[in-house]
Amino acid sequence: MNFPILSSIIFIPLIGALFILVIKGEKKIVVKNSQYVAIFSSLANFFLSIFLWYSFDATTSEFQFVEEKNWIKGFVNFKLGIDGISMLFILLTTFIIPVCIFSGINSIKFKTKEFFIAILVIETLMLGVFCSLDLVVFYLFFEGGLIPMFLIIGIWGGPNRVYSAFKFFLFTLLGSVFMLIAIISIYWITGTTDVIKLLDLRIPQEFQYILWLAFFSSFAVKLPMWPFHTWLPDAHVEAPTAGSVILAAILLKMAGYGFMRFSLGLFPIASDYFTPLVFILSVIAIIYTSLVALMQDDMKKLIAYSSVAHMGFVTIGIFSLTKQGLEGSIIQMISHGLISAALFLCVGVVYDRFHSRMISSYSGLVNIMPKYAFVFMIFTLAALGLPGTSGFIGEFLILVGVFKINIFVAVMSSLGVILAAAYMLWLYKRVVFGKTSNSEVKEMTDLNKTELYIFSSLIFLIIFFGIYPEPLFNTIDSSVNNLINNYQVDLNFHLDQINN
Amino acid sequence: MEYLIVLLPLAGSIISGFFGKRLGVKTSQILTSGFVSTSAILSLFIFYEVFVNDYSSNKLIFNWISSGNFQVNWSIFIDPLTSVMLVVVSLISSIIHFYSIGYMSHDPHKPRFMAYLSLFTFAMLTLVTADNFLQLFFGWEGVGLCSYLLIGFWYKKPSANSAAMKAFIVNRVGDFGFALGIFLIFYLFGTVNYDEVFLKVPEFINKEISLLNNSPPFPFLGTAVKSIDLICLLLFIGAMGKSAQIFLHTWLPDAMEGPTPVSALIHAATMVTAGVFLVVRCSPIFEYSQLALNIVALVGMATAFFAATVALVQNDIKKIVAYSTCSQLGYMFFAAGVGAYHVAIFHLFTHAFFKALLFLGSGCVIHSFKEEQDIRSMGGIWKKIPYTYVLMVIGTLALTGFPFLSGYYSKDAIIEFAYLRGTNIGYLAATVGIFTAFLTGVYSWRLIFKTFHGKYNNKENTISSVNESPLIMLIPAGLLAIGAILAGIIFKETFIGQDHLNFWNNSILFLQSIQLKHPPMWLLILTPLIVILTIPLSYYLFVKNEKILKNFILKNKVLYNFLLNKWYFDELYNYIFVEPIKKIGLFFWKKGDINIIDHYGPNGLSRLIKIISDKAVNFQSGYLYHYAFVMLIGFSILLTYLILN
Repeated sequence: MNFPILSSIIFIPLIGALFILVIKGEKKIVVKNSQYVAIFSSLANFFLSIFLWYSFDATTSEFQFVEEKNWIKGFVNFKLGIDGISMLFILLTTFIIPVCIFSGINSIKFKTKEFFIAILVIETLMLGVFCSLDLVVFYLFFEGGLIPMFLIIGIWGGPNRVYSAFKFFLFTLLGSVFMLIAIISIYWITGTTDVIKLLDLRIPQEFQYILWLAFFSSFAVKLPMWPFHTWLPDAHVEAPTAGSVILAAILLKMAGYGFMRFSLGLFPIASDYFTPLVFILSVIAIIYTSLVALMQDDMKKLIAYSSVAHMGFVTIGIFSLTKQGLEGSIIQMISHGLISAALFLCVGVVYDRFHSRMISSYSGLVNIMPKYAFVFMIFTLAALGLPGTSGFIGEFLILVGVFKINIFVAVMSSLGVILAAAYMLWLYKRVVFGKTSNSEVKEMTDLNKTELYIFSSLIFLIIFFGIYPEPLFNTIDSSVNNLINNYQVDLNFHLDQINN
Repeated sequence: MEYLIVLLPLAGSIISGFFGKRLGVKTSQILTSGFVSTSAILSLFIFYEVFVNDYSSNKLIFNWISSGNFQVNWSIFIDPLTSVMLVVVSLISSIIHFYSIGYMSHDPHKPRFMAYLSLFTFAMLTLVTADNFLQLFFGWEGVGLCSYLLIGFWYKKPSANSAAMKAFIVNRVGDFGFALGIFLIFYLFGTVNYDEVFLKVPEFINKEISLLNNSPPFPFLGTAVKSIDLICLLLFIGAMGKSAQIFLHTWLPDAMEGPTPVSALIHAATMVTAGVFLVVRCSPIFEYSQLALNIVALVGMATAFFAATVALVQNDIKKIVAYSTCSQLGYMFFAAGVGAYHVAIFHLFTHAFFKALLFLGSGCVIHSFKEEQDIRSMGGIWKKIPYTYVLMVIGTLALTGFPFLSGYYSKDAIIEFAYLRGTNIGYLAATVGIFTAFLTGVYSWRLIFKTFHGKYNNKENTISSVNESPLIMLIPAGLLAIGAILAGIIFKETFIGQDHLNFWNNSILFLQSIQLKHPPMWLLILTPLIVILTIPLSYYLFVKNEKILKNFILKNKVLYNFLLNKWYFDELYNYIFVEPIKKIGLFFWKKGDINIIDHYGPNGLSRLIKIISDKAVNFQSGYLYHYAFVMLIGFSILLTYLILN
C-alpha cells in the first residue's frame, strides 16, 4: 500500500481544524470561512471513505490498508488497519460528521469557529479508534475523544452543562483508567501491544478474567450498560444537538466495537465466563430503561434512555457469539447510529425554534409543520423496529441469534420491543398529534432546505438498508466469520487443556 | 404480472403521498384507484389461472437478509390460498378506493388518505404473497402501521390518536408472540421458508423444548412442552392480536375512530383476517399439534360468543358492526381449530363482501345523518334513503346467514363441519356456533330496525335534511352487495365442495380427511330456522314493544352494564397493565436512577472525595507541634517495624 489512505482519512479533519484555527479577520467572514472549511474537509473525508469502501476487499478477513510507523522505539508502533467491521464504523463516522456540521451551521450562534474545530478534532479521534491496530494508540484515540466532547457539552450546552460535563468526564474516565492499567499489564505479560500479534497469541487464562473486567469497566460505561448509564441522559440533555448526535451515533458505538475487537478477540475464555453477567445487565438495561423512557417528560432524555435500551440489544448480540447475533449487533449499531442521530436532530429542530425540550410544550405540530411530522414519523417507526427499516434487521437478527443460546434472554429482551412501541408512539402522539394549543408554537416554521436534505439522506439510508442490507452483510461477513472461528478455536484449545 | 399486482399499489401510494398536492386531488384519486383496480383485475386473472390451470409460481425479487444460514428473500409466491387472498384484498380494496372518493369529499387531506389506503393494499399483498415467515412478518407489521395511520387519520381528535396507539401496541403484544414463534422455527428447522419448514415438521413432532439450554425440558403445567405445540401457540398469539380475538381484541372497537372506508377495508374485510390466513397457511404445522388446534377452537368460540353478546347492547352503529366482525372472526378460527381450514377461508371470503358492505352501508347512513353514529338518534328513515336501506338489509341477511345468501353457505358449513368432526370440541363448537348465530340475528336486526324503522329520533337534523348518498358511494356498495348475494352460491363447490382438495392442491394440509357424509337433517334446518325467526323477534322487541326490553334492562342492570362496558376488559387492562407499568417506570427513574445509582455512584464518589479532602485540609493545620507530633508517631512506627524485623 503506497498511499497512506487510512492516515489521510484520520488526519484530513485535523488539518481542516488547523485551517479554521488560523482564519482571522472580521467576525462574519471568519464564521463563513470556517463553515466552508468544515463542510469541505468533512465531505472530502466522506467521499474518501466511500472510495475506501469501494477498494475494500470483502472476501478476506485479513486487516487491510495496514500502515506502520515507528513511534516509541520498542514499545509502541503507530499501526493502522481495518477489517470489515471497522469499515462500516468508518463510514458511519464520516457520514454523521457532515450532518453535525450542517446542523451546527443552523443552530450554533456563538464561538462558531471553535465549535467546528471541536467537531473536526473529534472526527479525527473517532476514526482513529476504528482504525488503530495498537492498544496504546487505540487508548489514546479512545480517551482523547473525551476532551472535545467535554468541551462541546461544557461550552455550547444547556443551563446545567457544567454538572453534566463533569459527570460525563468522571464516569468515562474512571472506567478507562482500569483499561489503561490493563493495557500496560498486557504489555508486561506478552511484550507487545500490537493487536494483530495479540490476536494470534493466547493470553494466559489466569490473567484473562481481571483484564477482561478492566476492559469491561471502560466499555460498559461508554456503551453505556446498566447501571453505568446515568451520565448519558444528563449529557444528552445539556449537549447541543450536534453533540448529542455525535454522542449517540458514534461515541457509544466505540464501546460496542471495543467489545468485539478486544474483549472477544483477546480474552475468549473470560468472555465465555462472563457472558451471563453481560446478559443479565443487558436484559435489565432493556426493560428498566424502556420503562424509564416511558415516563420521561423531556424529549432528549426519552431518546437517551431508549438508546441505552437499544445498546442493550447490541451487547446481547455480541455475547451470543452466533453469526446472526454478531452481525445483528453490527447492523443494529450502524442503524442506531442513523436513527438516534435523526431523532436528536428532530428534537434539535423544534428546540432551535422554541427553546424547549419538554414534551408538554408542544402539541399538534402536524398542523403547522407537516414535513416535520412526516420525517419524525419515519424515525419513530425506525426506532421501534418496524420491518422495512434498518432498525428491524439488527434487532431481529440479534434475537434470532440469542434465541439459540438462551431462550430466556431472548424472551425477556423481546418484551423491550413492545415497550419501544409504547414510548415512541406516545412521544409522537403528544408532540405531533392533537390540536396546537400554544400560540407561540403556532408561529414555528416548517423544515428549511438544509434540514430537509439532511433528513432525506437519513431516511434514504434507513429504508434502503431496511430493505436491501446486502451491502452491509457483504462487508462484514468474512470478518465476523473469522472472529467467531478464532473465538471457538481459542475456547476449544482451552477446554482441551483442562481435560488433559 | 405478479410484480405488477404487488407493486402497483405501492407506486400509487408513493406518487399520491409525495406529489399529491402538486398533482391535484382528482388526479391522485384516479391514479390510486386506477392502480389498485388494475391490480384487482390481474388478481382475478391469476385466480382464474390457478382455478383452471393449477397455476402456481414463486418469483424471487431479491435477497433480503443473508446472515450465515439465516437466508430470506423478497419474493412473490402464488398458490391457491394466495390467489384467493389476492382476489379478496385487491378487489375489496379497489371498491373501497372508489367509495372513499365520495366519502372523503369534504376532507382536506384526500391525497394522503388515498396514499395510506394504497400503502395498506401493498402491505397486505406482500403479506399474502410471502414465501417465508419474515416477509409475512413484514407485511404483518406493515398493515399494522397503515391501520395505525388510518385510525389516527383525523389527528385532531384525541380519541382517534389514543385508539391508533392502542391498536399498534396491542398488536405489538401479539407480534411479540409471533416473533418468538419465528425464532423458534428458525431454531428448530434452521430456515424460515415455508416449503422447507413444512417439509421438516414431521421429523420434529416429538421434539421437546427447554427454556434454558442444558436444563431438562421445560415443564409447563407439569408436562414438558412439545416444540411443535409451542410454535403453533406462539404463532396463534400473533394471529389473536391481528384478528382481534378475545384478550387481544380491545383495539378493534376503538379502531372505529378511523374513517368508515378504513373500517370496511382494514377492520373488516382484509387486515383482521390476516390471523386466519396465518393459521391456514401454517396448517402443515398446526395439523401436527392437537393441543394448539383445540386452543384455537376454544379461543375462536369464546370470541364468537363474547363479541356477539357485547354487540347486543352497543349503540354506536360502527361499534356494533365491529363487534360483529370480531365474532365472525371467531367463527373462522374455530373452523380452523376443528380442521376445516378450507371452510375458514371460505367464510373469510364471503365475510369480506358482506361485512365490507355493512360498513359501507353504515358509512352511507352516517353520511346521511351528517356524522351521527348513535343508533338511538336515528330511526324511521328507510323511505328517505331506500338504496342505503336495501344495501344494509342485503348485508344483514348475508351476515346472519339467511338462506341462499353468501353467509348461509359459509357459516352453516362451519357449524356442520364442526359437528361432523365428532369430537367433544367439535360438538361444543357446533353448539356455540348455533347459539351465536341466534345472537348475530338479534343484534343485526336490532341495528336495522333502530336505524331505519320506528320513530325519527334525531334532534340536530330535521328529517328532511337526511339525504341519499351520492352514486360514487352507492355503486361500490352495490358491487359488494352483488358479491354478498352471490359469492356463496358460486364458489361453494370450488372451495368446500366434493372437489375442494383438487382446488386447494397442496396449499392446505389435511391430516385427517374431512368426512363428507351428510350432517343430520335437523342440523341443516335448525340454523336457518333460527336465523329467520330472529327477524320477527327483533321487530317485536325493538320496534313494536320496546317496553319489554326496557323492563328487562331495569331488572338486570348488572348484566346490562357488564355487556355495555364490554365485559370491563379495558378497565381491567388499565388496572393490571397500564397503571402498574407507569408506576414502575416512575419508580425506576426517580428511585433507581436518581436516588440510588446517582446518589451512591457519581455523587457519592464526589461526596466521598470531598470528605476525605476536608479531613486532609484539617490535617494541614499550620501548627508546628501538630507536625512534630505526627513526625514522632511516624518515627516510632518505623522504629518498631525495624526492631521487629
